[in-house]
Amino acid sequence: MPGFAATNNTVSGVAAQVDGVFLFITLVGLFFFVLTQGFLIYFALRYRRKKREEPAETPYITGSHWLETLWVVIPSLVVLAIFIYGYLVYRTIRTPPADAVEIQVTARQWLYQFTYPDGRTAVNEVRVEVGRPVKFLMKSADVIHGLYLPDFRVKMDILPGSYTYLWVQPEQVGKYEIYCTEYCGTGHSVMRAVMIVMNHEDYGRWVKQEEKPETLSLTKKGEKLTENSGCLACHSLDGTARVGPTLKGLFGKKVALADGKSVVADETYIRESILEPNAKLVQGFPPVMPTFQGVLKDEDITAIIAYIKTVK
Amino acid sequence: MPDDIAPSPPADRGYLTEKGFLSWACTLDHKRIGLLYLGTTLLFFLVGGVFALLLRMKLMYPGEELFSNKAYNVFFTLHGIMMIFLFIIPAIPSALGNFLIPLMIGARDVAFPRLNIFSYWIFLAGIIVILASLASPLDTGWTFYTPYSATTGAAVTVLSFGIFLVGMSSILTGLNFIVTIHRLRAPGLTWFRLPLFIWSMYATSIIQVLATPVVGITFLLLAAERIFGVGFFDPAKGGDPLLFQHFFWFYSHPVVYVMILPAMGIVSEILPVFARKPIFGYKGIAYSSLAIAFIGFLVWGHHMFVSGMSDVAGIIFSFLTFFVAVPTGVKVFNWIATLYRGSISLDAPMLYSLTFIFLFIIGGLTGPFLGALATNVHLHDTYFVVAHFHYTMMGGTVIGLFAGLHYWFPKMFGRMYSERRALTAWLLIFFGFNITFFSMFILGVQGMPRRWAEYPERFQPLHIASTAGSWFLALGTVLMFWNLFRSLFRGGPAQPDPWGSKTLEWRTGSPPPTHNFAEIPTVTEWPYGFGKKEKERE
Repeated sequence: MPGFAATNNTVSGVAAQVDGVFLFITLVGLFFFVLTQGFLIYFALRYRRKKREEPAETPYITGSHWLETLWVVIPSLVVLAIFIYGYLVYRTIRTPPADAVEIQVTARQWLYQFTYPDGRTAVNEVRVEVGRPVKFLMKSADVIHGLYLPDFRVKMDILPGSYTYLWVQPEQVGKYEIYCTEYCGTGHSVMRAVMIVMNHEDYGRWVKQEEKPETLSLTKKGEKLTENSGCLACHSLDGTARVGPTLKGLFGKKVALADGKSVVADETYIRESILEPNAKLVQGFPPVMPTFQGVLKDEDITAIIAYIKTVK
Repeated sequence: MPDDIAPSPPADRGYLTEKGFLSWACTLDHKRIGLLYLGTTLLFFLVGGVFALLLRMKLMYPGEELFSNKAYNVFFTLHGIMMIFLFIIPAIPSALGNFLIPLMIGARDVAFPRLNIFSYWIFLAGIIVILASLASPLDTGWTFYTPYSATTGAAVTVLSFGIFLVGMSSILTGLNFIVTIHRLRAPGLTWFRLPLFIWSMYATSIIQVLATPVVGITFLLLAAERIFGVGFFDPAKGGDPLLFQHFFWFYSHPVVYVMILPAMGIVSEILPVFARKPIFGYKGIAYSSLAIAFIGFLVWGHHMFVSGMSDVAGIIFSFLTFFVAVPTGVKVFNWIATLYRGSISLDAPMLYSLTFIFLFIIGGLTGPFLGALATNVHLHDTYFVVAHFHYTMMGGTVIGLFAGLHYWFPKMFGRMYSERRALTAWLLIFFGFNITFFSMFILGVQGMPRRWAEYPERFQPLHIASTAGSWFLALGTVLMFWNLFRSLFRGGPAQPDPWGSKTLEWRTGSPPPTHNFAEIPTVTEWPYGFGKKEKERE
């Protein structure tokens, strides 16, 4: 909303339309605000009586049929207009164009996994082309989540056991935040992703690159994966304990477990903790980490382990 | 009003004469039961408020500062549970309703005094069970959405039974009031001579009796899902998580009118007295309470526009939702018209009533943003919603309760409070409230989701403003309670009718005798006959 929000509304046609409804309701609201508060404050001051002063003579007015009819009829018409305007734009929000690119979204505590039509997957990052409508077809692997693109003024809950959808047609290149808006437990507020809108050439180059993966070193690849898979939402790199223990200096350290035993954090332990997080729970932390079975491939886990070794 | 201080107690302590634990625990007197509810609910208001302050403290920082995210989630859950189930639902109906209904209709007690104290005991039992469940870190939010609430390790099952008991108490109280209002009105007190507070309590009681069983059943189903794994709400077993939301909001939407209607009743009593004018459009205000109670049952789906419910259902619910605005608007317009050409004295009860109208208008006018489908999609589950319901529930109901407490305090305890301190407290509350919650409207429009322990840094300045506001709000509230508490022991004696009111509760002593009236009064006119008719003036 120009003037209100930190973000502009030219990122999509829908955002501008939603802001139109917002502006309309704001103007109507301001009119009634000034009218009602104006009379309230004016009367309260105009007819005010001093403390301990005898009440002045007041008229015996008990009502007025035409006034009361007026303030039943006019507000009814006004809210009807607001409803209709809101409904018309909602229809656009809920009707994706037929040629929209379909991207599958699987939400789980506390990350989003995106699957492109060609089968490629990504965690907490989705790339789309400017001007191309995209339809997110969403389901949850555990509890209810939400997917909210504040810049695009759209959100939708993500349910286990059924599909919901949401569509956008981004008109501006840029990075846009995605928030989870349905409370889903400890990591709810760190369940965030990003939608990267690229121009035609960059998008094409990126697709080619993905098809022919650049030769990154194992640790560099691991670093990227750690960032993009949502690990850092719960595991810090600087030694502070967040939802989960820190990764700093983890490799080779002796870890005290919740059952009183302890274990040395070697490759096997880290691999197991990624695939079966509750098998060896670290002392003092809740059993809340989701499994990454099926999310990360074997070679991804190898890269992540290589990266963790370098975090000292 | 005499400002302070007459340490010698007023001569006749009326219903407060008897002392000792049993005289309270086993009392059948509706006034004492009312005070028991008042003390209990206000205690939880203060505890819930402490949690609110902790939440605001943490939100000054965008990261995981002060305490962990898990603790934050537990605190906002406790804040919600205590404020909703243990404070705002029972506060006005059970506390002020109990104290005032028999007095206002010229009765000696409610229809079923034993059921009345039994309701309080169940309420207390429910509180104990709820507190027991809080031994586990309950982190579901007060809305308990499945599947999260069905799978979390916290003691949701125990809590379910606690809420079941509290709900039972609510149903019995509502039933008691309906029968009382029907059967025990003083001679001559016809329906259209009833004080508007009674009308609002009547509408409230109907909602309590009809809607509360649904939340009771919902929590039993949730308990069955957790204990026996039945799977009403589990898609893997053929259930549906949306079913829980429908059940939950079928109760929890109407119940917001259980919260706001009695406060509207309070304001409708106070305005005519302090403006020395008849209430404008009596029937409009009375019928609009019933209309709100009725329409309120048909709009629960507006909490679920982005839940995955069918779009068609959303469109119908949006349409119906807008028509709650009409009877609500009628009340606001009628209140303002009551002030016209009045002789207005801005004592504490009136000041709080005007504040109620001021804040409720803001709460009301921000409703259409959420009722309209297109803007709801953007604003749902953001701080806009948090601001909106705090403007209606805190700015509305709680401020209305404060108005009522100041208005009826002399009647309840036979003592006056310090007006000067009441004004200072009001000033702090008014500014603190608006700083705290108006910031949240802006945060919501900018896209800040609710129930977030951490947030992107761009939201920080407004969060800091909101937190600073919460300190003023807290300071004012503490001062207000301190003023009233102190006046319990040190306030000057109150006259039977210190404000020049015309409703029946002022036609007996302050505090009233146990049996309310020496002789049951006969009513000959409505209670708002202030001002002079044109003919008389000539």
